[in-house]
Order: sequence, then structure tokens, then C-alpha cells
Amino acid sequence: MEWETVIGLEVHVQLSTESKLFSGSATAFGAEPNTQANIYDLALPGVLPVLNKEAVKRAVKFGLAIGAEIGKHSVFDRKNYFYPDLPKGYQVSQLDFPTVGKGSLTITLEDGSEKVIGVTRAHMEEDAGKSLHEDFHGMSGIDLNRAGTPLLEIVSEPDLRSAREAVAYLKKLHSIIRYLDISDAIMAQGSMRCDANVSIRPKGQKEFGTRTEIKNINSFRFVEKAINYEVQRQQDVIEDGGEIVQETRLYDADRDETRSMRSKEVANDYRYFPEPDLLPIELDDAFIESVRAELPELPDARKERFIRDYELSEYDAGVLTSEREMADYFEAVAKHSGDAKLAANWVSGDLLALLNKNNMEIVDSPIDAGRLGTLIARIKDDTISGKIAKTVFEAMIEDSSGVDEIIESKGLKQVTDSGEIEQLVDQVIANNPDQVQQFRDGKEQVLGFLVGQAMKLSQGKANPAIVNELLRKKMA
Amino acid sequence: MIEKTAAELSASLAAREVSSEELTRAYLDRISSLNEQLNAYITVCAESALEQARSADEKRAAGDSSPLLGVPIAHKDIFCTNGVTTTCGSRMLHNFVAPYDATVVENFNKAGAVLLGKTNMDEFAMGSSNETSYFGPVRNPWDTKRVPGGSSGGSAAAVAADLCAMATGTDTGGSIRQPAAFSGITGFKPSYGRVSRWGMIAFASSLDQAGPICKSAEDAALMMNVMAGHDPKDSTCANIPADDYTAGLENSLSGLRIGIPKQHFAEGLSADVEQSIRDALSEFEKLGATIKEIELPNNHLSVSAYYVVAPAEASANLSRYDGVRYGYRCEDPVDLEDMYKRTRSEGFGDEVKRRIMVGTYALSAGFYDAYYRKAQKVRRLIKNDFDLAFKDVDVVIGPTSPHTAFELGAKSDPVAMYLEDIYTIAVNLAGLPGISIPVAPVAGLPVGMHIVGDVFAESKLLNVAHQFQKHTDWHKLKPVITGGEAS
Repeated sequence: MEWETVIGLEVHVQLSTESKLFSGSATAFGAEPNTQANIYDLALPGVLPVLNKEAVKRAVKFGLAIGAEIGKHSVFDRKNYFYPDLPKGYQVSQLDFPTVGKGSLTITLEDGSEKVIGVTRAHMEEDAGKSLHEDFHGMSGIDLNRAGTPLLEIVSEPDLRSAREAVAYLKKLHSIIRYLDISDAIMAQGSMRCDANVSIRPKGQKEFGTRTEIKNINSFRFVEKAINYEVQRQQDVIEDGGEIVQETRLYDADRDETRSMRSKEVANDYRYFPEPDLLPIELDDAFIESVRAELPELPDARKERFIRDYELSEYDAGVLTSEREMADYFEAVAKHSGDAKLAANWVSGDLLALLNKNNMEIVDSPIDAGRLGTLIARIKDDTISGKIAKTVFEAMIEDSSGVDEIIESKGLKQVTDSGEIEQLVDQVIANNPDQVQQFRDGKEQVLGFLVGQAMKLSQGKANPAIVNELLRKKMA
Repeated sequence: MIEKTAAELSASLAAREVSSEELTRAYLDRISSLNEQLNAYITVCAESALEQARSADEKRAAGDSSPLLGVPIAHKDIFCTNGVTTTCGSRMLHNFVAPYDATVVENFNKAGAVLLGKTNMDEFAMGSSNETSYFGPVRNPWDTKRVPGGSSGGSAAAVAADLCAMATGTDTGGSIRQPAAFSGITGFKPSYGRVSRWGMIAFASSLDQAGPICKSAEDAALMMNVMAGHDPKDSTCANIPADDYTAGLENSLSGLRIGIPKQHFAEGLSADVEQSIRDALSEFEKLGATIKEIELPNNHLSVSAYYVVAPAEASANLSRYDGVRYGYRCEDPVDLEDMYKRTRSEGFGDEVKRRIMVGTYALSAGFYDAYYRKAQKVRRLIKNDFDLAFKDVDVVIGPTSPHTAFELGAKSDPVAMYLEDIYTIAVNLAGLPGISIPVAPVAGLPVGMHIVGDVFAESKLLNVAHQFQKHTDWHKLKPVITGGEAS
């Protein structure tokens, strides 16, 4: 039987506010345990929440970026459950009236076509702390630094049909969030987390199959692997005559499998009710419009502009706009060098390869946009050839001095002096009498070989056009 | 001297007839001789009180003339007090020393009041007799076989027996007004949102409100001047300026329109109590007020709605007491679940556990609409009743409680106990201010008259209560504390 996969993602994003959602504690990552937890975060008796308006602004920003309905009247609710890293015994979240309602975003599929993915809602809630099970001699430690950090939970419609689509959606979400600068969205640090709801159904069937929810997926790669594993598992179960149980499963990256959580842990009745310590959030048009006015150019718009203004290919424009920093870098190089096409080739080619090889982000690039721009400018003004430029580029990784200084100190400047080149040409003619004769007999293609010999002698520095011209002249 | 009102003490201190240190010593002596019998205080802060008193005297010498400077106060043990044990009447917090001050406490500190100690209360403010306290029941100074009312029973008994000049209380369903009525003193619950809840241990967040427990309406006004106002730390605290509550005390009551709810003078009200209230009403007529009967048709639904909303909120508010971070933790838990179960089973008393279970049930999947949502609708109906009433009248007056203080152990049925607050609960559900002041006692036991105003009409209520007290002496009656029965 042919199966169709149905996936919906729940993505938690930590909003990058200075302080927590309901308290003044700092939210920085990596501090000593419990140094960023005040009396509210510890849920001492008598403490009360005060909403961080910056978090609301960030949530609205996201909503506007995906064309969502903004909840003008949103309400916080208490979600009740006991866990040691949940100090109040309830999480403050939003159930019936989220701040961000229905919206959508567009992903590009492998065949280059586009698909619109629905976003059901995005609601604000507070993060829990962390339970530490190591180093405590059989006991557990609790770190409440993370407790109360603002989260935006973004829930997609079940519109995704493969693990690849899920990853494309997740990457697009990541891209938008980074453009908006509302979160670090680093999966490895947990500032972006993903749960996947996965089910399968016979192709053509309308009703959804029973879904499972996969938790604990902490990289783009694992999202793909976890979903693929789960889809295969569900197929095997059904084809063996079994039934899928609706349950929560944990992804184990080490073993590349999903495992059922004990049903006890998931059989929760959260007993949601409106949080009486907070008033509803009432947003007016003026506020929403003021946030809209702050929206940056978003990835889709920027991609269109790159295609239009820089005449880049759809693919190159897509690569260069996926990250805001990458696009900023490219635009700086294009401006500095005066040649957008060369800039696109260098950024998406050599530079990206360099970063990937060293697992680096573009902001950490050893070659800044100004230097790469100068390098390209030197190709254009014939100071160096495109080939020598690769050598200069390699040198620039280790050497932070200016491009011209590197070209000068390494003697890589292109030779355009015809006297110097004449000597080279004479030498090549003397060394290759057979080929010279062949050329004179009318075998044109030998010229390329002879030019190559001259370039080799010059260690690539001779201007190939002049070499060509002089060779023809001398052999005539 | 210790029998005086806070206003009188303020004048005596200003006239240098007495120092705050002398006054504080007198109260501490009184506490030493009577607290064992009454059990009004859980914690007495003798040493720090004397220090604060000396500091108040120094400030006065330096020219500070704040009205409550050097006046000794007691805080209900529901308010967090920095460095002082704050138990909320529970074993769960028997060892909890708060690392911060509630806004109410901070405000009284700034005003120069001297903290004598923390008063006994029903556990987590759940009770109407002060019998649910982990630290034992409080006894009524008028008759130590009887309860002082609750949950602010310790504060009420302390004020009635002159173990302090004034005290704070909290009122979720009547917990200031009913003990004030039973103990023959003045108890004022402001509108919801008038006084900050920061640092006040939560029972039912949408109903809890702090207020004064004191010897006169004038004292309540002086205390409100310290307590009321916006607090950015409490999102539900009203962001509108507080009045000067003493400013309107002397306004004439001529033309005052008083509403008498038919439903508050119906079956269940003791005839003697009714007579006391009706006598008091005629006093208002002498002062120029007019009286008309009004309807609060949904009043009979208030106790049921309250016992859904309050336990529901409490069930979540009390989840933080889990033995993980502070407070009581059971001995040698074998695992997490064992720790939760035993900590909460052993740390909470029966009434608290009963309400957590009721609240948990009311919020459960499948029951939410039938209970919590419906109760919130009833709440709106009750508010509408009052809104309608206040179109015709300025204040609504009735009894605070259907009868006088009952004997310890007399009400063992929880529902009978819940009906104690039949006249007071609707006021919390509607978020209105209400005050209880003493009228003519019945068989030597105090009777409270309940005056309710429109939202944020605190000044009006205090004016009405003060004018009554100016023309009567019921609030000046003092109990004769007899040996009673040893606890």
C-alpha cells in the first residue's frame, strides 16, 4: 500500500528579552545554576507576576511577519501539573485566547515549487527550569535559571507531508525569527525546540491516522531522522496488523529511534483556567501598527529584491537570503566590489565552503565583507586574475591585513608589462619547437597549450590576454 | 492607654503623653499575660518591636509627625515579613522565614508603625472560626469558650483584647468582617484591587483583599491611608489614586440612601441579631438617612459560586507547596511521588485538603463548564444585582453574620461552616468594599452590622461608619476576659 505522511510541528522559541516573562530576572544562557532566579521564579509564597511588555511586542512582531491575526484580547491561563522544575506547580500559558492567531508561511520544495504551510496559532508561555540528574549522588538538582523565560509556542497545521518538508518549514521559521531578531533560536542551546506530531494514512484517504508526538528533538538533522524513523515504525506496525497508539515518544539521537514515554507521564489533565493574577492583554491598533512599522525586510521580500536588483538566480538568491546576516554580508560585498554576480559567486561558493568546513557562522568569518569586496574589485581592475584571487583568498584566512598588502607582499600582482611578458613568450617558443611548428601549420588549438606554459612560467601572474596576443604575433 | 484607638494613641504620642517604647512595652506585657489563653499571636517580635519603637521615638523627636508613627500593629500571619516566620497558619510553612516584606507590611514600616508580631489565622485563610490553624484555635475575648470568627481570628481577638492597637487582616469571603463582628470591633474589606496583594499569601487570587482590623472607622481610615494605592508589583491592583480616607469622615449623612436587602433579613437570621441591626438602622434615620428595602435576588447563589471559584483558584495557588524549595518536607521520601504525596498529606490540614480536592475536581476535564464557568457566570449576576441596587441607594446595610459567635467545635459539618459567610461572600464575588462595625450586643456577645458600598466608594463607607460611631458607643464596649477554659 502507498502511504502518505502527515506532520504538524509545535515549535517553542525562547524570546530574547532581557528579563523573564513575569519577573525581572535575567535570561542569559549559561549562568551558574540558580543565579538568575528571584523570589518570583522560586514561587515563594505571596509573589505575583508582572507581564514583560517586550515579550508581547516580540510575539506580535512574529504574528505580523507571518500575516497572522493578532489577538487584540489575549488571556493567560494556568496549566496545572507537578514537576520539581516547575516551581509554582502550574505553567502560565495561553489556551483559548492566544496573542497570535492564524497565519501562514511559504516553503520552497526540492523541485523548486512553493508550498504554503498554515500556522494555527502562536501563544506565549513561561519556560520551566531544569532538573539535573547527574552529580548529586542519586538525588536530583534543580536549576531555575530558565524558569520563567518567555516562550512563543508556534503550532503549525498538519500541512507537512514529509520529513524534508518539516525541515524546510522549520528552517523557514528559523529564518523569519532570526530576521525579526526576536530569539537566538539556537536548537543546540534549546532556545528553539521542536515537537513533531506524526501520522500516516493510505494515500487518498481523507481522515487522519492516529498520531504520535515526538519530543526532545534538538537539531534540524534530528527532526528529519526522527520523523523518518517514526514514519517507518508506524508503517511497520500497521502493515503487521497492529494499531498506532496515540502517545508521546522521545527521540533518542544516539540510537536513532523513538521510544514510548511511560503513559503515566502523559496522562495529565492540566485543568486550565484563566490566570487570576494577570489581567487580559488588550492590544490596540496603534500598538500593532507601531510594531508593524518596526518590521525589517523579511526573507521572501529580500529574495525577490535580490533576483530583481542583482539579477541573481532563484537558487542563489534563496541561499543568500536564508540568513539575515548572510544577506547583509552579501549586500556589503556587492556594494564594495561593484559586481553583484561575482559577489554572489564568491559568497555562496568559496566563503560558504570555508565557513562550512570550519563550522562557523558568517558573523565569525575571518574575512569580512569589506575585504572580500576589495578582493573582487582587484579582479575587476585586472590587478590579479580570478585564479590568483583564490590564492589571495586562502592567504586572507590567516592574514588579517589588507587585500592590497597581501597581493603586494606575496608578489601576486598580475604582470601586464609587455616587455616582461615578451621574455616569457620567447622562452616558451624556444622550449616548444614542435608545438610552435604545429601552430604554424594551422593547428589553432595548440595555442591554448602554449599560453598555459607561459602562465605556468609566470606562476599565474601574467595577464593571459597579453600572453595570447604576443604569442600570436611572434609565431606569425 | 492600651485600650485607646489608634487615632487617640496617635494624638497621645504627638502630645508626648506617652512614648512609643512605653506603649510597646505595655502591649508586650498584655500579650505575655493573655496570649497563652487567647492564642491570638503565632509569633511575637518583642525585641525588634522595642527597637522599632525607640526608632519611632527618635524620629518623632526629629520632627516626624506621621499619624501612625510609633503605633503598635499586628500583622496577620498571611503577610510576608522580612526575617520573620510567616506560617499562614499551616504546618506547611511552620518554618518559613520570609526573605521579603509584603507591600502592606512595607507601607506600615514606612509609616513608622511598630510590629508586635504575627497573628493566628485559619490555615491558608480557609475557615470561619479560626479552628483550622495548625497552631491551635484562637479564643474569643468576650467568651473564651467561643470562637473569634475567621479566618483573621487572631487579628480580631488581638484588637478586641487590646493585645495591639490595630491589626491587618485579609478577606476572601468574609475573613475580616465576620471575625470583626464576632469580636466586637471594626473590620474593613476594601474593593478588590484597592490594596496590593504582593507578599500576601494567596488563597483565591480573584477574591483576596487586605484590610484593617481595628477599634473604629476612624482608625480604619488612618490605616487605609497607609495601605491603599497602586502597586506595580500587583497587576490586579487598581491604577487609580487612593483617597485621603480621613478627609470625608465628618460629612453629614443627611440624605444618605440606605438599601436593606430583603434576602439578608430572611430565614436563618437570629431574631436578636435582627433587632440589633434594626435598632442601629433607626439611628441612621435620626442622622438624616432614608431607608428602603432592596432586592439582591441572586444572593442565595453566592455561597455555591464561591465554593467553586475559591477552591479552584486555591487548588492551583497551593501547588507550590511541594516540599522542593522551602517549607515542610516529609521525612525520608523514597521517590518524587512519595515526597509529593506525604509532604502535602502531612503538611496540610483537613480543611485545606478538602478545598484543594474540591477545586481540582471543579477544574477537571469535563467538569469545567458545569462548575467553574457556571460559577463565573453567577458571579456576574451577583455583580449585576449590586450595580442595579446602587442606582437607587448609596450603601447597602444588613447583618454581618446570622448570629453571634458560636462555641468551639460547634460546627463540625463543613457546609454548615460555609454558610457562616452567607451575607459577606457576595461582596467578594462582586469586588465591592464592605465594613463590619459593632452594634448592640446580644446576651453579652458582639453583633456586627455590615455596610456595603459601590466599587471604590471606600471613603463613603468609612464616612457612614464613622458617623454612626460618633453618635453611638457600641464600638467602645470592651470584653471582660475571664479565665475561661484552658486549651
